[in-house]
Amino acid sequence: MAKRIEASGVSSYYGSFKAIDGISMTVEPKTITALIGPSGCGKSTFLRSINRMHEVLPNARIEGRLTIDDQNIYDPDVDVTAVRRMIGMVFQRPNPFPTMSIYENVVAGLKLNGVKKKSVLDDAAEKSLKSANLWDEVKDRLNRPGAGLSGGQQQRLCIARTIAVEPQVVLMDEPCSALDPISTLAIEDLMFKLKDRFTIIIVTHNMQQAARVSDKTGFFSIDKTGEPGRLIEYDDTQKIFSNPTEKKTEDYITGRFG
Amino acid sequence: MGDFPSRSASTNAGGPGVTARHIRSAGNGVSPIPPDDRPPLGGGSALPRKSRFSLETGFKGLSTAAGAMVLVIIVAIAIFLISKAVPALNANDESFLTAKEWFPNETPPHFGIAALAFGTLLTSVIALLVAVPIALGIALFLSHYAPKRLATPLGFVIDLLAAVPSVVFGLWGRDVFSQPVQHFSEWLNKYFSWIPLFGGDGPFGRSILLGSLVLAIMVLPIVTSLSREVFQQTPGMNEDAALALGATKWEMIRTAVLPYGKPGVIAAVMLGLGRALGETIALALTLGTTFVISFNLIQSGGNSIAANIANTFGEANATGRGALIASGLVLFAITLVVNMAARAIIYRRREFRDSAA
Repeated sequence: MAKRIEASGVSSYYGSFKAIDGISMTVEPKTITALIGPSGCGKSTFLRSINRMHEVLPNARIEGRLTIDDQNIYDPDVDVTAVRRMIGMVFQRPNPFPTMSIYENVVAGLKLNGVKKKSVLDDAAEKSLKSANLWDEVKDRLNRPGAGLSGGQQQRLCIARTIAVEPQVVLMDEPCSALDPISTLAIEDLMFKLKDRFTIIIVTHNMQQAARVSDKTGFFSIDKTGEPGRLIEYDDTQKIFSNPTEKKTEDYITGRFG
Repeated sequence: MGDFPSRSASTNAGGPGVTARHIRSAGNGVSPIPPDDRPPLGGGSALPRKSRFSLETGFKGLSTAAGAMVLVIIVAIAIFLISKAVPALNANDESFLTAKEWFPNETPPHFGIAALAFGTLLTSVIALLVAVPIALGIALFLSHYAPKRLATPLGFVIDLLAAVPSVVFGLWGRDVFSQPVQHFSEWLNKYFSWIPLFGGDGPFGRSILLGSLVLAIMVLPIVTSLSREVFQQTPGMNEDAALALGATKWEMIRTAVLPYGKPGVIAAVMLGLGRALGETIALALTLGTTFVISFNLIQSGGNSIAANIANTFGEANATGRGALIASGLVLFAITLVVNMAARAIIYRRREFRDSAA
């Protein structure tokens, strides 16, 4: 239920603008990897490159090689929808489908992939909502609109929707930046729980969060605006936050820069 | 949810943002730093009285009057129409609602709305059946498939189509479009005459089919541009969410775009239906002006309330005009019912739409 992600020399472009340059890293199964760095350094671009959401934007393309358990994600013969089913994504702002109920939101991905049987959908909905620590809060109102929940609940609903498809990898793009501290903590607890089943990569601006939840941390940075973002240092979280190798990393995590 | 004392204790940002200067300026009537004689905007001395007549009250009165004007106009029109219609209806020798023929100028006058109302509804419904799928296809193409370079000029052309006067559509339908429709009707009649819709022995041409197709072309731009607007407003993050779940583009549209746009599309269709029901001159020019109730689409014939008013108002006497006005009231009632039905559909899932805002 969890796979290894390997990037080697990944550069992503928006038209002629190079957003990230030559990113190489390996993410082991069933770990949490945090990507930190100042705004505009390409963390989210890299994340969106992993599940091929980058190419949704017009003129966006990538170079380099990205594999999931040694299969090339960008192989021309690979079905892009299969990649996205395998590598799920949770976004910065909670984005439940506004026209759907809580239940419909959770099973939306399954329905998209042709699951029709009510009993299967019911089971998946309950299981996913329980995994997302949301079941007890919503079990009595599954038919209410998903957008009526609080921000933190909506984000957990989105996580439930993502894991309902049973992906191998879950990407999280600043999942807590729109949430209050209590909801943030709920999501962090959830991440620990999900680590047993999924490979998790999380982009965060919150360094305490990175230090709390992740096994490994990658620090991205740019030299100046207009330059592509680079991976400065990638190591065990413990090491990054106590004894980083690079001066830039140290400056960033101690607050002297960025 | 566990305990988190250290975190909540450290969040003091956005707390009571009181600086020393704020404390001094609050209350007690002493202005803190008098820069000149002018009192600071935030006050400083006694609270001033509010002015009784200001731009504020003036504007409120103005907008209230504008709102009330609508009601006044509607009521005035209704009174006028009813007062003209009632004498004609009283003189009518037949039941107005069930009779088909229209002879209000004879003595005794006898006329009924049934055939006209039927023709109005039939042409409008067929027009929508033809136009709505095409319009939604164009709208989706413009909003989600076409490259921007193509979508902008194409959208402009569609809007241009809406600006063509209906008499132009009518003349074009009568003089140009009727030929191909006639050939098509003959072909339909030859092979499908076993379907009652396409039966009859001719002549074909100025038929319900021709009128409906011309109406469809007229309704198309309205439905298209409104639907395109609502499709374009689909939040990008919901489209991303669908794609990230492994949806293809069409599945993404089905999951995120269409449900989100549904109330808007219904509104667009209803506006189109409104135009189709009320369309006058295009149908007056393309329909065959008969007073029968028949589902035959291709035989020359057909009529509608508005087309009948346009065609016969000129030579109508007093009773005839009253009868036409009564038919106009019926059209008004039909439109009202259609609009209320549309509102009911839109409001049914209102909870979902409102919480999304």
